[in-house]
Amino acid sequence: MAWALQNLWLIPALPLLAAALSALAKQRHRKFAASLAIGSLALALILSCVAFVTLLFHSGKGETVRMFHNFEWFRFGDTNVPGTALRLGWVLDPLTAVMLVMVCFVGLLIFIYSLGYMAHDENFTRFFCFLSLFAAAMLGVVIANNLLLLFICWELVGLTSYLLIGFWYHKPSAAAAAKKAFITTRIGDLALLLGMVWLYSQTGTLLFYDNGSGCLEQSTLIKMVAQTTSLGMAVSTGIALLIFCGAVGKSGQVPLHVWLPDAMEGPTPVSALIHAATMVAAGVFLVARVYPLMAISPETVSTALKVVTWVGVLTAVFAASIAVAQNDIKRILAYSTISQLGFMMMGLGVGGIAVGMFHLITHAFFKALLFMGAGSVIHGCHEEQDIRRLGGVRKYMPVTFATYAIGMMALSGVPIFFSGFWSKDDILHSAHAWQVSHWPFYLGLFGALLTAFYMTRQICYVFLGPFRSSGRKEVLTSSHSELDPEPSSRKLSEPPLAGWEPHESPRVMTVPLIILAVMTVLLAFIGTPAWRWFQSFLGEEKLKFDLSALTQPEVLWIMLLATAVAFLGIGLGWWLYGRTPVTKPEEVDVLERIWPDVLTVLRKKYYVDEIYEWSVVGFNAWWAKTCDSLDYWVWNGGIKLLSYAVIGLSWVNRFFDEKVVNFGFDEGCRRVTQGGSLMSRLQDGRVQHYLRVIGFALAVLVLFLIWGCRAS
Amino acid sequence: MTPLSQYLLVSALLFTIGLAGALTRRNAIMVLIGIELMLNAANLNFIAFWRYGPNPQALTGIMFVIFSIGVAAAEAAVGLALIISIYRHYQTANVDDITSMKG
Repeated sequence: MAWALQNLWLIPALPLLAAALSALAKQRHRKFAASLAIGSLALALILSCVAFVTLLFHSGKGETVRMFHNFEWFRFGDTNVPGTALRLGWVLDPLTAVMLVMVCFVGLLIFIYSLGYMAHDENFTRFFCFLSLFAAAMLGVVIANNLLLLFICWELVGLTSYLLIGFWYHKPSAAAAAKKAFITTRIGDLALLLGMVWLYSQTGTLLFYDNGSGCLEQSTLIKMVAQTTSLGMAVSTGIALLIFCGAVGKSGQVPLHVWLPDAMEGPTPVSALIHAATMVAAGVFLVARVYPLMAISPETVSTALKVVTWVGVLTAVFAASIAVAQNDIKRILAYSTISQLGFMMMGLGVGGIAVGMFHLITHAFFKALLFMGAGSVIHGCHEEQDIRRLGGVRKYMPVTFATYAIGMMALSGVPIFFSGFWSKDDILHSAHAWQVSHWPFYLGLFGALLTAFYMTRQICYVFLGPFRSSGRKEVLTSSHSELDPEPSSRKLSEPPLAGWEPHESPRVMTVPLIILAVMTVLLAFIGTPAWRWFQSFLGEEKLKFDLSALTQPEVLWIMLLATAVAFLGIGLGWWLYGRTPVTKPEEVDVLERIWPDVLTVLRKKYYVDEIYEWSVVGFNAWWAKTCDSLDYWVWNGGIKLLSYAVIGLSWVNRFFDEKVVNFGFDEGCRRVTQGGSLMSRLQDGRVQHYLRVIGFALAVLVLFLIWGCRAS
Repeated sequence: MTPLSQYLLVSALLFTIGLAGALTRRNAIMVLIGIELMLNAANLNFIAFWRYGPNPQALTGIMFVIFSIGVAAAEAAVGLALIISIYRHYQTANVDDITSMKG
């Protein structure tokens, strides 16, 4: 127990060390960097498992086991005054343990997968350096027992996300996407920082748990609830909402979701690791971490949780509907990720930590699986990402297809054997039981329907029907402009390679897929209503095995409803897209024939980007222009005026100098010369003249003396 | 005993003759002679003032004059030497012609 706790810091430290070492490696030291990254993460995984198992022995008693280790980082101010030391620390509780194992496990598989995916990239070393840094930062977020430490790692995670989205920075779209991601998440982080500062000013500590004086512990929380702000809400609510803003930015919730689809410009393993499985889940994790702060409230259901729920629900439906109309294989998954993150937020809001976290964990596995499957397809089809130009890949890539199908079924919520079903069912169940409103439940069902639908559409497009990419040349010339306005079709300008067809990816890529697929199925059984192991591990209820729980009318009813919705979505997708397979890439989308207007709006993502472009970016540009012209005309003018004044003054000065000072001086000099020449005439060199003067002077002197004697 | 004023008159006469000589003669040697005359007028004054002074027992006046005559001898030697070298340089001893020291 103590050993696992004392060495918990090693888990992020090892990948950090690997990142530092591979940062020093040369570009050609590919094996060194890769083995370092993978080795360090494998060690971290082992340590995480040790921590997890340690915790496992202490759990199941219906209460949360929590261990933490705090230390003083540095001290400011007086030594004797409490609260002047900045203390950091790490915490080991079920939440941490679950996340640790998930991040390490998924991360390790994705690292291995990257070996194959990035094999031909010349910046292989840099890639693994960034990946290791990311893993370190993410693990740091997970173990942090201090909001400040969490925030530091949180920002590091944002940084690596930026670096990895912009990994192919020579592509303008990737560079722009990286900037967009960084700036958008920064907006949320600003609020998080404010919340942190507020929290510190209220409690004097940022430690989560500190033997009763941490900011998430009962006494502190009660103090915060008792105070109200000028707006009439409790201080705790205000802080919780600000912290939630950070989560909104990181987890791509509405309205800060715009960066996540663009983030797909990065390499696919990055999309899988960062923008599907782990980093975007950090927001959800943050909410789960500060859940006590979120949940505490004078009312029965806290305002903060209501906000979390509504934002989550809105995001879930909003993003799912956009995903229906996208044509880029990774963008569909990106919107799906946003939507699922919405589900997680909703789960946290309506059900608590366990509900949201269960979906987070299952989603991490199957979404990483889907992304890596998509990467495999892209890799095998020569960087083709447009689903209209794929198709029939099932024949060429059987392993990818099989695993992808498992992921798709998990995401769609096909019952019994797929983890997504159980976690989503749990969320829906909690939503149904929510006291405030039933709408999240209905909207959640609708979101699930859309999810099943767009995943089926994608599968039909990508894996079924004939392979449509061979006729790419005609597509290029005839209908490119109206076919794909999106930036993702970066390879369109290249001529198709002669005589190629898709091929299955190498073993190094398919094996992680298979492992993830297995995990996707296995995870289904740890959180069913019959055996709520996961929920009990996170410390919310007692563990019991009870098959009859499955047949309770309410549980059964919701399960059947969810199943029906999933099958309805899949059936609808099949009916529209699978029944008559699409044969040509330029074929109009079936939905477009039915509701052209709706589809256009969806394809344009509800014009959110355009609205932001018009409002925020436009305002920003306008403001910058205004500042620029203000700068140019007012400040610059002022400075110019001043400089002209100085120049004029110096002209006057020069004039004075030349005409007055110089003139006077010259005149003086001339006079002195004249005087000198005048005087020099006295000295004519004749001795007797001098003598004469002396004699004369003597005479005068004598006369003067005589006259003086007389007078006296 | 001859009164002091007589000596002073003689001395003044001597001085005036010397001054006139020094001012009017063109030859440098004559100028030097004039100067020597003025010097001797001063010496005479010294002697006279000493002799008629409050303390004629002390030989201060004599001492002063002997010094003065010694100095005058040295000065005459230097002056003559200068005149000789000037003469060698300019081939003349006429002081009106030697004006290279003018400003």
